[in-house]
Amino acid sequence: MGMTITEKIIAAHAGKDRVVPGELVEVTVDVMLANDITAPLSIKELEKRGIATIADPEKIVLVADHNTPARDISSAENVKLMREFAKKHGIRHFFEGGEVGIEHVLLPELGLVVPGDLVIGADSHTCTYGALGAFATGMGSTDLAASWVLGRTWLRVPESLKFVLSGERRPFVTGKDLILFIIGQIGVDGARYCAMEFEGPVIQSLSMDERFTMANMAIEAGAKNGIIAPDDTTLAYVRATGTSRTPRLFSSDPDAEWKEIHTIDVSSIEPQVAFPHLPSNTRSVYAIPKIEIDQVVIGSCTNGRIEDLRMAASVLRGRKVRKGVRLLIFPGSPKVLKQAEEEGLIKIFLEAGAVIAPPSCGPCLGGHLGVLASGERCASTTNRNFIGRMGHETSEVYLVNPYIAASSAVAGYITSPERL
Amino acid sequence: MIRGKAVVFGDNVDTDVIIPARYLTSTDPEELGKHCMEGLDPHFPQRITPGATILVAGKNFGCGSSREHAPLALKGCGVSAVVAASFARIFFRNAINIGLPILESEEAARGIREGDTVSIDLARGEIRNETTGEIFWARPFPPFLQEIIAAGGLMNLVEKRVKG
Ligand code: SF4
Repeated sequence: MGMTITEKIIAAHAGKDRVVPGELVEVTVDVMLANDITAPLSIKELEKRGIATIADPEKIVLVADHNTPARDISSAENVKLMREFAKKHGIRHFFEGGEVGIEHVLLPELGLVVPGDLVIGADSHTCTYGALGAFATGMGSTDLAASWVLGRTWLRVPESLKFVLSGERRPFVTGKDLILFIIGQIGVDGARYCAMEFEGPVIQSLSMDERFTMANMAIEAGAKNGIIAPDDTTLAYVRATGTSRTPRLFSSDPDAEWKEIHTIDVSSIEPQVAFPHLPSNTRSVYAIPKIEIDQVVIGSCTNGRIEDLRMAASVLRGRKVRKGVRLLIFPGSPKVLKQAEEEGLIKIFLEAGAVIAPPSCGPCLGGHLGVLASGERCASTTNRNFIGRMGHETSEVYLVNPYIAASSAVAGYITSPERL
Repeated sequence: MIRGKAVVFGDNVDTDVIIPARYLTSTDPEELGKHCMEGLDPHFPQRITPGATILVAGKNFGCGSSREHAPLALKGCGVSAVVAASFARIFFRNAINIGLPILESEEAARGIREGDTVSIDLARGEIRNETTGEIFWARPFPPFLQEIIAAGGLMNLVEKRVKG
């Protein structure tokens, strides 16, 4: 019996020839990530106990991306705590100020994660790095604190679900629509505790940016990780980062064991809109009533990369944001922002009447920079539309791709580019 | 033995409703506890008798973000244990790591109503609905997790390992 890519990466980090689903293993970890919401808990836990042992500072990454630039005094204190901790332990990969991007945009871009890695992060969207052919999963602050000390963590080897995507994509159907469609099919716990592996001709044709979008939302189906086997597209991306780390290429054996195999013909998939308050409440954009909106957010670890901004700009070029609608654009990283500037996208956004916000999580989690008032509606390229996610409990978030988000900002209600 | 009145919620209770992001700048369980479940019921803390309330929920409890502030808020406002049909995996780890007792049982999640008196024997995984007399059994934890639970959380184990 063969193994899946997920099982192979876990086995390699557990010092074993093979592992099987359900097995509990202890693994070495290549990258251990936390942000300004989760790191303070980890740091306080260690300091309270007087533990000053850190296994390997090179493997720790700390990104102050959530409540930054500091939203209030306590957010500022949290970043200060991270800064001092990084200094004390010689942690080089601490990002704040002008170096900050959203962690899951930043780490791949800087070559801090490479194929074959085992990554844990105190952030649920750590699963994003699966797009590189790494095993990456979210945990909590205590798990991270323990891994910083031990350099290891424990895992239950997940069962794997395989999604094979083939067919021709329709216009304006992106990686976001494919993953929303899948979540709509299997539900928000459809992949609970499992690995989601994506493959097939459609996946091979996707750019890295769209692959990141898909792996990013695996957690929205409850998955432990999402993963795509590395290919030439992956390697070209990794090489371009100039990383000094060496990729390790794994892929699933033909006789690996799958808990489920889903074969999906994408030809009939239309751009998706996930209605409040679950990412699985998906409908075709062509089959929805008129939903007027107050705000549009383009950005996040799901859709804050350069291609996402290009999609939005292709719609906004020469058009204006409807009066009464706020369009907020959050480039995912300083590099994305710089490139958008060089390509003239920022000018298009400004002329359309958008607000350009600093690279950060922004209003994605309702903390800061664009929070919704009671009853307000937002079309957003983010990944969650839970009750109160972006502000008041009675506000509503509709999850869409960047084309739909941009079109909706122009129309004032949720719509697609060809209907403008 | 844990004993208390049940407060009941449905499926897919996510971490954004357990503790909304605007409160995440705090790491203090008591402070977090004041806003626990605010997304679903702003008066939740008043429904709680600290040390004598058991939260019962449907499937996929704790889905969404990795914020450990969620189990901390539940602990901080005085919830003694959570019984659910199933848990989202990050929440599951977090609860065990910080020592919030959790039990997984579909039958119990179905068989307990708001206000029922429930008693739990954690070591045996026994959940008793004293109001109806029904008894349910939680899925047992693997020995490794039992070790973390017995140590009172993951960091106690880690501390032993580094300090010898
Ligand atoms: S962009 Fe949103 S989902 Fe992504 S890491 Fe930030 S808060 Fe979390």
